[in-house]
Amino acid sequence: MSWQKHDYENIPGTYVFDGKTSHSSYALNKLFYSFNKEESRKAFAEDPEGYADKFGLTGEQKQALLTGDFLTLLKMGANIYLLAKLAIPSGVSVQDAGAAFQGIPTEEFKKNLLTKAEGFQEKLEKEGGFWNG
Amino acid sequence: MAEIVGGITTSHIPAVGNALANDESRNDPYWKRFFDGYEPVKEWLAEVEPDVAIVVYNDHGLNFFLDTVPTFAIGCADSYSNADEGWALPQLETFQGDAQFSWHIAESLIEQEFDLTICQEMLVDHGFVVPMQLMWGHLEGWPVKAIPFAVNTVQHPLPSARRCLALGHALRKAIESYPEDLKVVVLGTGGMSHQLQGERAGLINVDFDMQCMDSVINDPEWLASMTNTEIIEQAGTEGVEIIMWLIMRGALQANVKAVHKHYHAPISNTGAGVLVLQNAS
Repeated sequence: MSWQKHDYENIPGTYVFDGKTSHSSYALNKLFYSFNKEESRKAFAEDPEGYADKFGLTGEQKQALLTGDFLTLLKMGANIYLLAKLAIPSGVSVQDAGAAFQGIPTEEFKKNLLTKAEGFQEKLEKEGGFWNG
Repeated sequence: MAEIVGGITTSHIPAVGNALANDESRNDPYWKRFFDGYEPVKEWLAEVEPDVAIVVYNDHGLNFFLDTVPTFAIGCADSYSNADEGWALPQLETFQGDAQFSWHIAESLIEQEFDLTICQEMLVDHGFVVPMQLMWGHLEGWPVKAIPFAVNTVQHPLPSARRCLALGHALRKAIESYPEDLKVVVLGTGGMSHQLQGERAGLINVDFDMQCMDSVINDPEWLASMTNTEIIEQAGTEGVEIIMWLIMRGALQANVKAVHKHYHAPISNTGAGVLVLQNAS
């Protein structure tokens, strides 16, 4: 029994969510999924540790969860869309999470987004045919 | 006979849901150019007056958890509800479906060897809701019936870009073989370049986004020939959602006319592209 290798495992800074990941982190992601419900979010807020125990998280998973260590949770197999159900209701935006993955302030992360898109209007103009571009 | 009046592509960025709920955002300099890009789409829709919208999107953990992940799933119900998905988004009123048309599409696609999952109850999340809001949210009530068509872009293995294009071709046959006189618009949602996770989070690739838009209009084969790993390298792990645009594209004829083409970046973490396409002939 062995997990097969995939070419997407070599993309730097990227954790493609596949069978191996999903299998190893099922309980963790099930906990995040429960946060679709307001009463689950409340129950977690009131007793995070007890709530984690109900889902049978490992000690390492629990520690990363309770300390809000997003990068470790991701490396342990958290699915990003399900992890967002932990982050967003507690006031952590996708930009905050992105900044946390990189260990930089959110403002810097947002600035980087703008920098990466810089000059796009000139490119659209050059290619032509874009509306309002 | 049912007729495809056109296809639309749009991102389904959740932040748009909140911005739309907050009137002040509409004219905020951050949002203005993005929202302006939808005005010609709304005008076009008001002109062609479609009866039904088939919305191709991915669920992000509202209707489907990881216990069951269908590669392709179609809603075959009379209505579809939005619900709390834990993302602090406003919840929208129920969407009216067209169960008979859905079942016809399911039958036709399965006959054409696309083995779909059929859902008689389906909660729809921002992936479906945000495009509906962008198209028709300014009107009182939804003026179209809607059919949710969910594609797995969450847990690999995902369907290939080529498979999505082929599914679109089959979808065209399915729609055009329905005997009712219906005007149908197909929405391909998701993308463009973005990565929410990992140290590479915040990726935006304007050049690749522009190539994708050109490909979807003029040469779908270019995008269809890429592997999902190649797309992720260029567009990010979440940017792979662009494969869903090919389902819309496949539902149109080989030659299309681009009625509208708009791009903006960044919105939230994402490059956002809008296309309105019509069959050329």
